[in-house]
Amino acid sequence: MSARDAILAAVRRAAVPQVALPEVPDAWPAVRAGTASGADLARRFSEVLEQVGGTAVELNGMGALAAAVADLPAARVARESGRGIVSSVPRLAISTLVIGPDAPRARLDQVELAIIPGRMGVAENGAIWVSEEDLPHRALPFVAQHLAIVLPRGEIVADLHAAYRRLRPPLPGYGVFISGPSKTADIEQALVIGAQGPKSLTVFLV
Amino acid sequence: MNHSKAAAAFLADQPRVSWHDQAVWAVRAKRDLQAHSTPGWERLREAAAGIKAHTMGRLADYLEEFEGNATRNGAVVHWARDAAEHNRIVLGILRARGATRLVKSKSMLTEECGLNAFLEANGVTVTDTDLGERIVQLAGVPPSHIVMPAIHLRQDEVGDLFHRLLGTPKGLSDPTQLTAAARLHLRERFLACDAALTGVNFAVAETGGLVVVTNEGNADLGITLAPVHIASMGIEKLIPRLDHLGVFLRLLARSATGQPISAYTTHIHSPRAGGELHIVIVDNGRTAQLARPAFRRSLHCIRCGACLNTCPVFRRSGGYSYGYVLPGPIGQVLAPGADARAHRDLPFASSLCLSCGDVCPVQVDLPDQLYRWRQQLGDAGLLSLRKRAAMKVAGWVLARPWAYERTAKLARWALRVWPRRVLAALARPYTVDRELPEAPAEAFRDWYRKHRGRGPAL
Repeated sequence: MSARDAILAAVRRAAVPQVALPEVPDAWPAVRAGTASGADLARRFSEVLEQVGGTAVELNGMGALAAAVADLPAARVARESGRGIVSSVPRLAISTLVIGPDAPRARLDQVELAIIPGRMGVAENGAIWVSEEDLPHRALPFVAQHLAIVLPRGEIVADLHAAYRRLRPPLPGYGVFISGPSKTADIEQALVIGAQGPKSLTVFLV
Repeated sequence: MNHSKAAAAFLADQPRVSWHDQAVWAVRAKRDLQAHSTPGWERLREAAAGIKAHTMGRLADYLEEFEGNATRNGAVVHWARDAAEHNRIVLGILRARGATRLVKSKSMLTEECGLNAFLEANGVTVTDTDLGERIVQLAGVPPSHIVMPAIHLRQDEVGDLFHRLLGTPKGLSDPTQLTAAARLHLRERFLACDAALTGVNFAVAETGGLVVVTNEGNADLGITLAPVHIASMGIEKLIPRLDHLGVFLRLLARSATGQPISAYTTHIHSPRAGGELHIVIVDNGRTAQLARPAFRRSLHCIRCGACLNTCPVFRRSGGYSYGYVLPGPIGQVLAPGADARAHRDLPFASSLCLSCGDVCPVQVDLPDQLYRWRQQLGDAGLLSLRKRAAMKVAGWVLARPWAYERTAKLARWALRVWPRRVLAALARPYTVDRELPEAPAEAFRDWYRKHRGRGPAL
């Protein structure tokens, strides 16, 4: 018997009683009732994002974005050191490095700042859904030394239950909720920002 | 070595015990803040427990559904009955591609399978990329905690280790600087790796997708840079539907580290362009545990570590005292299932304070299972001769009021008359950290006989 059949047979032999699936609960009744406004959600999202080590920047439309990105410390470092800036945000053509699906790792390692679109924000935990459909290479949000995400203010939902109601299958081949910069507390529980991935996360709410 | 002996060695360094206790308790306190500020927390736990119970009842169907969907998504699904088969499959995948440099993100399953040692013996360089895992790998020891692998090490010890092995300046012990040094070291490994291996937090039957959670982004760096991704998962990682992730992810990081969510929650459905995705589904004793009605709920565990952080025994005896890949209450109920004889003392290393059951985000009945293991290990004749003899005598005495009365009388007399040191020696190990009581002037039974019928009418 193959390992597969042996395991499945052993699972069936275990004869675990069948019980019905419970309902998925709703965390925020106020949201379900429609009493929490979009502004409330954006405020909560920004608060939590700061708590998890990210920075929220409110912008008045896409017009202000290019200037705001150019002002980021990481953009200055990139200009001065000759390291790369990569944008995959539509109409934000400021890339100084060409990254495609076949980009060699050495080039990916040259990315100082990546600016990518976020599809949805989650107010309760400051997470942003990033889909590979918006990335020139899957590694971009992780290899960049610094990350900026552009998120439409109207795309913020209350909690993960609401988020998964919107993320109906099929999902992209690669999708990730990013909440804050890369971090660790593995040495004596001391919080250190910038473990393996980006050392900072800036979210532009447009 | 049994738990009490190993714990005694840990307890010999009292300042370190206090430090470990407080470091771990601080994480429990952070968990409490999150749990208490999340509306409907208990409903969420109920739902998570219910979804897991449902999944276990139809696990074979969900495994087949998952396999079909994952295969359609472009993954290759492998099945492994035990640790050796898992390790052979992983090595086979690597060999077929000539891969010799593997980066790994955290996976307790591969610890359970002894994968690193096996691969290293077969010419593969394995780099654990979670910072805590890398620290314990460099130190040549296993993780001492399932979420914080190096929680038992002080920063100066990490500094010494990095000085010896990574060339950081002598005496450097600042966590920020040490982390920066590790970042550069690990970045080199990511850029040069041939394959990446990750554990799996959740596998979604409905979509054939995997969810992997990290704070450092190390799993993502490996998966997205390497041409080959191998994901190792136990059969119990299945959940039926995508929207069930909302329930489990809202509980997981809050319970584990007191964060509202981990920094990276990655959903993998297909390999990268031109790359490969292999999923190894492992039994290794899980179906045996599933067949034990009294213990099957231990398979609901989502490896958050909350039961370790709250456990007064774990906090004061350290992860290594358990002698099993998973320490703390969850290890104590899983270990005897893996090898009852080797781990027969573990269910007794508990005060049954019930705290582990209270914090468990998926409502595993840990205290009940600890209690049940004690009965079963006793029935199987696996307790020490001393414990068996003591239980036999106690059972005989307690079943006979006249014998109990005489024994108690003898004990009161001994407590009054015999030298304390003799008594303490007789009552070891109870008296190692405890004083024997003063003998009461009179037994309750005698007092009751004197006063019977004299109290106020009820």
